Amino acid sequence: MVGITSYGGYIPRYRLSRMVIVQNMAWYFPVIMAVAGGEKSVANWDEDAVSMAVAASYDCMTGKDRKALDGVYLASTTLPFANRLNAGIVAAALNMKEEGVLNADFSACMKAGTTAAILALESIEAGKKDSVLVVASDQRRTKMATMFEMFYGDGAAALLFGKDDVIAEFKGSYSISCDFVDRYKGSGREFDYGWEERWQRDEGYGKIIPEAITGFLNKTGMKIEEFDKVIYPCYFGGTHSGIARKLGIDKEKTQNNMHAVCGDTGTSHPFVMFVSALEEANPGDKLLLASFGQGCDVMAFEVTDKIKDFKGPIGIKGSLANKVELASYQKFAKFRDLVTADLGIRGEANPNTSLTVLWRNRKMLLSFVGAKCRKCGTPQYPAMPICVNPDCGAVNEFDEYEFADKEATILMFTGDMLSASVDPPAVYGLIGYDGGGRTMLDFTDCELNQVKVGMKTKMSFRKRYFDEMRGFTGYFWKAVPQVEGGDA
Amino acid sequence: MATGIKDKVAIIGMGCSKFGERWNVGAEDLMVEAFQECLADAGIEKNEIQAAWLGSCFDEVNIGKSALPASMALRLPNISVTRVENYCASGTEAFRGAVYAVASGACDIALAIGVEKLKDIGYGGLPEFSSAMGMLNNLWMANMTAPGGFAMLATGYAAKYGLDINEVKRAMAHISVKSHANGVLNPKAHLRRAVTEEQVLNSPQIAYPLGLFDCCGVSDGSACAIVTTPEIAKSLGKKDFLTVKALQLSLSNGTELAYEWDGAHFVTTSKASTAAYEEAGIKNPREEISMMEVHDCFSITELVTMEDLHISERGQAPKDVMDGFFDLDGGVPCQVDGGLKCFGHPIGASGLRMLYEMYLQLHGRAEDRQLKDPKFGLTHNLGGFPFMNVCSIAIIGKHDA
Repeated sequence: MVGITSYGGYIPRYRLSRMVIVQNMAWYFPVIMAVAGGEKSVANWDEDAVSMAVAASYDCMTGKDRKALDGVYLASTTLPFANRLNAGIVAAALNMKEEGVLNADFSACMKAGTTAAILALESIEAGKKDSVLVVASDQRRTKMATMFEMFYGDGAAALLFGKDDVIAEFKGSYSISCDFVDRYKGSGREFDYGWEERWQRDEGYGKIIPEAITGFLNKTGMKIEEFDKVIYPCYFGGTHSGIARKLGIDKEKTQNNMHAVCGDTGTSHPFVMFVSALEEANPGDKLLLASFGQGCDVMAFEVTDKIKDFKGPIGIKGSLANKVELASYQKFAKFRDLVTADLGIRGEANPNTSLTVLWRNRKMLLSFVGAKCRKCGTPQYPAMPICVNPDCGAVNEFDEYEFADKEATILMFTGDMLSASVDPPAVYGLIGYDGGGRTMLDFTDCELNQVKVGMKTKMSFRKRYFDEMRGFTGYFWKAVPQVEGGDA
Repeated sequence: MATGIKDKVAIIGMGCSKFGERWNVGAEDLMVEAFQECLADAGIEKNEIQAAWLGSCFDEVNIGKSALPASMALRLPNISVTRVENYCASGTEAFRGAVYAVASGACDIALAIGVEKLKDIGYGGLPEFSSAMGMLNNLWMANMTAPGGFAMLATGYAAKYGLDINEVKRAMAHISVKSHANGVLNPKAHLRRAVTEEQVLNSPQIAYPLGLFDCCGVSDGSACAIVTTPEIAKSLGKKDFLTVKALQLSLSNGTELAYEWDGAHFVTTSKASTAAYEEAGIKNPREEISMMEVHDCFSITELVTMEDLHISERGQAPKDVMDGFFDLDGGVPCQVDGGLKCFGHPIGASGLRMLYEMYLQLHGRAEDRQLKDPKFGLTHNLGGFPFMNVCSIAIIGKHDA
């Protein structure tokens, strides 16, 4: 049986109430008041498509062997590198094998996630691969006071495809591929450029999704009534329900478009909605998933008994529950670099990233791998040639030791107003890992007044810096104090 | 078997520029200012100096690399000059180079000079150090500054001894109030205004829980010393000259950062001070050390250092501080010249500036802040961060002490 063997999701912690956008920007473009309900998810300043993809991937790979993956396919329209495999960064963060693995980016289209999924499934069906992780992630910057600003949210979701312990069997796919352009982003441009709404709505979503689903039903001989959930993105509420009416789908069998809770997460959104559906699914349920963008991909799945034993990850449900209101529109604008605030002369330092250092230390920097001494058993980070235990002294006698999935305890910390930071104070501290090892790291997703010595932390792969001069995004791991709530 | 440095090297001259925001002078002026005083004090000719050591830290924004800036500014007679850099211990490292050269018999008279010109960078605080941390560290180490690095120690200390952070802050405030009071008495100090505990506690936050008045001044300045053997000192007609009693250095090896550490003390200081007392033949430092100049880059550093110098018992530094034990009229006066806090902290000069105050005190030349009959003076530098640092300790005293 070929299908889904695990899923994961990541919605960033900040939520911006659309009323906050309206209060700040409706003076400029009052039309945004029409969709002022609910909230959108907002990536922290140190998150992007790659870092969120890593978060969703780790979530998806909980309890699974990352070394067994044949590849990771990353789907996104907001990748930080135009020439450097972005999926390769995700693969390194996952500490995947390098030999015998094929990773790929799927980009430039809102349906790139489902396209990657179909290709992964077909290669598994053909016996060419055993296990492929497909992760979709988008963090789309938008101009102020636009409908895109109202509709778009940030997020990522991952699906693991394989043959063993399948929780949802793949039942076939169908695609329409056409050069229908409702919006585009020119190469090197910052923002999406959109045609009028009725074009997007009526000739786009409202026409192409029903045609593709009808095409799928005709191809497979399946009936729309067989499906317990039909999942497709469309942030125009009226059009979303119109599609269901057109296809004769009961309202309760249509998956909510999540406009109210996180907004449309772009390339991720078909997966984000699909994972939400899987989180509520029962054995025997049939799920129909459609995407949209220069056509439409349709995929069908049937949930198996294995879903009962599936230990759910944090998923979309869990990450939606972990939220903090972003009360300040200005902070949102600063996080997305839409306004210029002074970082000070201290913030001008811009050392080049040494690609040789990065390559040599990729296990340390991207995989967050340290060492465990074979002689004294001490886990240590970073790995150095001589054991850190002064009573041991072993030289080059280590096994690889992953810290990315380890919880830790805060030993000391500060909130630094002098450091150049997008979100001052810069909070950082020394943490000691459960099972041994300790190190000094930046903290994220917390406010200084919430942090205490003794608090637990989890690790998160984040954007560390962006080199404006050369266009290089640097990543590293940060500690996330396990705070509750917040007052951002 | 090594016998240590005790009484093998004499200090026959010292000099120190005024510290502060010396907008109108460059590093060369600062060095000459300190050097002229030092040379006159030693009563020798420049040509009698056979070797020199220069300490400076931020070569990226300061005088640049190599020892040439000192050789050229002082117009030294084509002798060997070596630039040393070891974070905030750079000044003491220069002193150590000169002292060891004399002790080895390689030369008769040597010069140690330290200088730092920090106020040419256009912003407050120490220079941004991403280019000084090494290419790999740049890619992973926390977005740290000096105050942030040391501020963490306050949270670690409070947690270890179960103290409310405000209790620790009050002791820290007392430390700053004391140093400001001492700075008032010192015409060469950068900051010369008394402050109250309330002012310190209410100053704007720099790095939790450190406020502005928990942080030392960032200054321009230079200090230097001329050293020789006791025999030559005598032959030069020097009577009550001083000798080096101990000179120790200790560096972190990664244990604190990556293995084991309570986050409430300086591993290196604890070790270097023990070795220094042994080298100097001091059994009970709380009784025998007359005065100290320690590395009070931040008030919390000074607080914790009192325990690592084995002057205060573990966990008892806040009590000693609040009891006034380190005040000018206390048991072991500390930061008699105002410390880094008020005299200022031009990094490469700081270790030598501390020795300068001990030198003045031991010679009875400290004017308004003169202590009664000091016997041993201890200086201490701590460069880097609490979890990864370079510590230097020197003890000096009268030759016959």
